[in-house]
Amino acid sequence: MKSALRRILTESARLDVPADSLADDADLYAAGLSSLATVHLMLAVEDEFGIEIPDRMLTRRLFSSINSLAGAVTELQLAQAAA
Amino acid sequence: MNASTDIAVLAAVKAEEAAAVAAQIVEGVRQASAEPAWFTAARRVAQVAALHAAAVDRDARFPVEAFEAMRRERLLSAMIPAALGGAGLTLAEVARICETLARACSSTAMVYAMHQSQVACIVDQGHAIPWQREMIARLVDEQWLLASATSEETIGGNMRTSACAVELIDGAFRIEKLAPTISYGEHADCILVTARRSPEASASDQVLIVAPRDSLVLEKRGGWDSLGMRGTCSESFRLVAEGRAEQILPVPFAQIADQSMLPVSHTLWASVWIGITADAVNRAHQFFRAQARGKPGALPPSAGRLADAVAQLRMMQARLKVALDAATEASSERIARDAQEACDFDTPLGASLSLASDMNTLKLSISSTALQVVQETLMICGMAGYKNNTDYSVGRHLRDLFSAPLMISNDRIQLNTANLLLAQRTPATGRI
Repeated sequence: MKSALRRILTESARLDVPADSLADDADLYAAGLSSLATVHLMLAVEDEFGIEIPDRMLTRRLFSSINSLAGAVTELQLAQAAA
Repeated sequence: MNASTDIAVLAAVKAEEAAAVAAQIVEGVRQASAEPAWFTAARRVAQVAALHAAAVDRDARFPVEAFEAMRRERLLSAMIPAALGGAGLTLAEVARICETLARACSSTAMVYAMHQSQVACIVDQGHAIPWQREMIARLVDEQWLLASATSEETIGGNMRTSACAVELIDGAFRIEKLAPTISYGEHADCILVTARRSPEASASDQVLIVAPRDSLVLEKRGGWDSLGMRGTCSESFRLVAEGRAEQILPVPFAQIADQSMLPVSHTLWASVWIGITADAVNRAHQFFRAQARGKPGALPPSAGRLADAVAQLRMMQARLKVALDAATEASSERIARDAQEACDFDTPLGASLSLASDMNTLKLSISSTALQVVQETLMICGMAGYKNNTDYSVGRHLRDLFSAPLMISNDRIQLNTANLLLAQRTPATGRI
């Protein structure tokens, strides 16, 4: 999942550094993630993993690192599987 | 006609004049008692501004007289909360001041509006920091004028990125910035400057630095000979600021821009554009009435345009009111969150995204509609409107308003808004 997230970051987040060089817990905002880029990142994540991120999860924390994104995707996939 | 009837006629005329003067005084007293002191003060400043508006425009010079009057009336601290020494006016009240000033002199009103968005940044984001509180106190005491340096030569107009960076050594910093425009930079007592957080930080990882005049060196690199808004003196500079770490606001600039700068600047700019439009519509109305008096019984051919211009102006005012309500609500929600010490990190982004797109669409619609309406008033006033220095001139209004779609380009705002709408699942069409 994290390699898919790195690919999405490369394609849609327009970071200042290559996504491959980022640690799982690296601060994405510090890597140049702008608020407009988060919108495209969100749409790409939803499309890739077939989920819809609810408004309550749409926070700065969600986009803060690859770990936090992966955590949210897992949580939403589990919730979908249970439903 | 003999001498005695002459005297009788004269006496009647004098009596009529005296009655008119008395009526004016009564009306003045009525208005004064109905109207809050800050609004009367704004009208007094507007009178001064109107007197010099033509010269300010002709010579592309700063509206010195209006700002002297503004300092006398203490309007520069109008939006600072009473607890910090200001008048504590609401955003909607300051918007009325902007509109009042804009009916007299666009440049005066725009400089005042830009100053207020800088005030909002320091008050919202710095009030808990002793150094910043000290700054706010000086602003109130000395009626400081605040300016902003966000644009940068290699970056262009995108204020959300910077090239220059803060270098902190032992709690002291120095930055150097090539700014293509710092509006009224030469006349400001303090400039708020964006920069990257550190030499290693990415272009969008910005901070905002509060730099009073004594910590600044400004070297003028280019002038301001423009189509309109000539009194804003938006010249280009090389800026060097040196100071202490406390001058740097701790929250990221992205947050300051979203929470304070964007809502205040877009609502107050809109108020300025509405004020300019209102003055042009008034002129067209006066022209229309004078024209109709000349030919009783028949309406001038432009009659429909006037009705349309008034209708559009009223729509603009209503749109502004909706935006002022939204900005006020967002600001009180933020204050409530801060009081609970809730972490911004976990605040859902939905509300701030919808506020941003609402402010953007306000800017897009008011800036373009204002131009359309003033063009209509030119059609109504005809050659009298086209000529400068008549009672019906609207040329300056039109030239000044051509800046509206450019200051933060409407093209860029359109794309940003479309981006924001991508993220919004709830309807962007407002509450019913």
